[in-house]
Amino acid sequence: MTESRTRESLLRMKGITKRFPGVLANDHVDLELHEGEVLALLGENGAGKSTLMNVLCGLYRPDEGVITVRGDRVDIQSPRDSYDLGIGMVHQNFMLVETMTVAENVVLGLQGLAFQPELRRVKHRLEELGDQYGLKVDPDAYIWQLSVGEQQRVEILKLLYRDVDILILDEPTAVLTPQEVDDLVEVLRRVVREGKAAIFITHKLREVMLFSDRVTVLRGGKNVATRSTSETSPEELARLMVGREILFRLEKTTCEVGAPVLVVEDLEALNDKGLPALRGVSLTVRAGEIVGIAGVAGNGQRELAEVITGLRYAVGGDVHVGKTCITNCSPLRAIQAGVSHIPEDRVGMGLVGDMSVAENLALKAYRTSELSRGPVLFPRRMKTFAEDLIDGFDIATPGPGTQVKFLSGGNLQKAILARELKACKGLLVAVHPTRGLDVGATETVRELLLEQRDEGTAVLLISEDLDELLEVSDRIAVMFEGEIVGVVPTEEADIDAIGLMMAGEQPEEEGAAG
Amino acid sequence: MRIVFEKRQEVSHAIRVLVPVLSLVFALVFGAFLLLLSGVDPFAAYAAMAQGALGDVHAVAETLVKAIPLMLTGLGVAIAFRMLFWNIGAEGQLAMGGLAATWVALYASDPLPNWSVVPVAVVLGMLAGAVWAAIPAILRAYLNVNETITTLMMNYIAILLVSHMYHGPWRDPEGYGFPGTARFPEVAWLPRIYDRAHAGLFLAVIAAAILWFVLQRTKWGFELRIAGENPKAARYIGINIPRLIIKAMLVSGALCGLAGVCEVTGVMRRLQQGLTVGYGYTAIIVAWMSQLNPWGVLLVAFLLAALLVGGDQIQMAMGLPAAMGLVLQGALLFPMLGGSLFAEYRLRIVRSGPQEALLPQASLAKESES
Repeated sequence: MTESRTRESLLRMKGITKRFPGVLANDHVDLELHEGEVLALLGENGAGKSTLMNVLCGLYRPDEGVITVRGDRVDIQSPRDSYDLGIGMVHQNFMLVETMTVAENVVLGLQGLAFQPELRRVKHRLEELGDQYGLKVDPDAYIWQLSVGEQQRVEILKLLYRDVDILILDEPTAVLTPQEVDDLVEVLRRVVREGKAAIFITHKLREVMLFSDRVTVLRGGKNVATRSTSETSPEELARLMVGREILFRLEKTTCEVGAPVLVVEDLEALNDKGLPALRGVSLTVRAGEIVGIAGVAGNGQRELAEVITGLRYAVGGDVHVGKTCITNCSPLRAIQAGVSHIPEDRVGMGLVGDMSVAENLALKAYRTSELSRGPVLFPRRMKTFAEDLIDGFDIATPGPGTQVKFLSGGNLQKAILARELKACKGLLVAVHPTRGLDVGATETVRELLLEQRDEGTAVLLISEDLDELLEVSDRIAVMFEGEIVGVVPTEEADIDAIGLMMAGEQPEEEGAAG
Repeated sequence: MRIVFEKRQEVSHAIRVLVPVLSLVFALVFGAFLLLLSGVDPFAAYAAMAQGALGDVHAVAETLVKAIPLMLTGLGVAIAFRMLFWNIGAEGQLAMGGLAATWVALYASDPLPNWSVVPVAVVLGMLAGAVWAAIPAILRAYLNVNETITTLMMNYIAILLVSHMYHGPWRDPEGYGFPGTARFPEVAWLPRIYDRAHAGLFLAVIAAAILWFVLQRTKWGFELRIAGENPKAARYIGINIPRLIIKAMLVSGALCGLAGVCEVTGVMRRLQQGLTVGYGYTAIIVAWMSQLNPWGVLLVAFLLAALLVGGDQIQMAMGLPAAMGLVLQGALLFPMLGGSLFAEYRLRIVRSGPQEALLPQASLAKESES
């Protein structure tokens, strides 16, 4: 690298590589940040954005690569080092102590703090900063009293109070209202005008266009492109972000569609923060078809799956499975109505890590007469039941008695699939079924989904992997901000059009919902 | 260079057994130092304790008298802990069980057929314990009220209620003013095996057997284990967790109530001071040391009872405070808790390593993009 180039850039990351067991999270990634600019770091889930930023913050150490700040090569060993270099991050989950005030949170963790900090001076400085950057927050307010948007402002204030020059924001808009997003844009503009710079992680195209001066796109842990925002378009970014390569082709017969199995009407639900997550979703999945739900994470897909499986309360609308109405029924009623569920969080929800493979495979069937009579279980039948599934689904395990947590990611997922497909009576809801799996396991899972469809099951497939949706599903519905913005048969699907819908651009023809 | 904790890939069975054993050794060594400080030869003291607790049939019987309530409350606490329900209220549930049994003995002995007095006392006592446990269980299951506080507070209510009853309304009119009820009629006595050791021992063994069967061989026990290990998974597969919590607490309270029944009908044969002497709290140690295994509960309860009886012995034989036994109990729990940390994690020394070990595992990192 030449001296003149490095001097003008505030930060350079070159050839950053970070491996986790079995995963190459960052593969020789480069990134450059200039004074006074907002850089968007764009990519899908798992593209390596957060890993790269965690390297910068000292949370991870890169296996290879060089970081230079203001022309000097640096070795960031801890978050403290990163702060000392003027780098600070606003994490997606805020790092605030709820029962303390804004001012107290700001001084928390500062070095060289007096035993009794002079909070008056801190408050004064906070007010100054607030005026300077348009970040109005009452320094005496307790964090729990603040809205999410205000809490984010506190996080930014924390960084500014520490004279941070490089602000990193991890999906800053995910929790904000549109008005708050406008405010945030304004704050960032003011901050960079002072000669500081900001990196924000996102997967929303509209925000890239709205916020940034330049954009660096990552895909699968690699650099794809860096563009000036003014010289690119949402279409190009969508294509760069999603990519076009298709891993392999599956044999897929045309589907013989039967009667509607899942009928969702005007469904409304709130997310964990109490904000609307589903705003009138209507959707039908018929026997023998796979309907894919495309969309960027956080647009209501998870909530949709949870409402259908009885795990989340619907505030409006109806869910029917077959002839049964299961709106706001217990998960057990949903299961009895015929719903199987491959959950997003495999280890956290789908399995009990400390219990054996056999017990995990029996998590649903233990209620049936196959494994129990009255209140009594039959462990020996449970073992043969498990052995059959282990053979049938080719699950690699030392034996049915092994604790399930010792299985590899692909085999964990196969175990869940084995259990859910075995218990399936009409509807399968699969959420990110291949996320994080290697190519072989991915292929197996997709084949199993198709097999299940051919046997007449209605499958609702939620995925962020467009290739997967194009490959497996018969129809694709695109979700954006809690609504289905369009449904297209896969043969007519255009990846660019879907990418744009995922980013919130309305399709030009009438977006038929249903 | 730093020292980091790493989660072990596999927790061996050897370690699971080793932790309680080493804790016992540690507690004895720690106690030896205390005894030395008190100017007593620790070996002589331990010998006296062993002699006092296990030396002859009478000693063993006395140890059993203390072990039986620890077994029953220990089983009760263990089943609640399985559900991650921190039942600190065994003492109160025991008191309520004793209270109900006393009522049966004093006021229902006459109308009831003779053979049925003890069974009725047992059933009503278990019911009383269950009801007492159900209150915090319902509060927790449906209103998410912290059960450690409620179960603890309910103890004071129960203990004071019992105390009120034998000081006031139920006091023996011919008791020369001593606090305590009249002696129970003979039909209300739980049969004794030897000395004061009573048939409660069989009840405890039967309870442990039933519990083991329920946990290992029934749907309900299966659900209990799932909900204890991973509540999210339990909800996902359709288990009604609030109902499960309440059922588990009913069983837990009933077992603790049974302990109270045995105390009044088997040991004291009246209700007086000395019903609530802390079995319900020691039961927490019993449950932890046995790692919630019903058979383990029986063993550990006997061990701790021996410690208690032995502690009394050295008080008499060597003029030491009886609290010595309690100190040893406390010294047992600390290495237990610390030891379970080492069972799950191991220490590793890292040379100028990264901070990653302190973070959630790498597998989380790759999904942290969402």
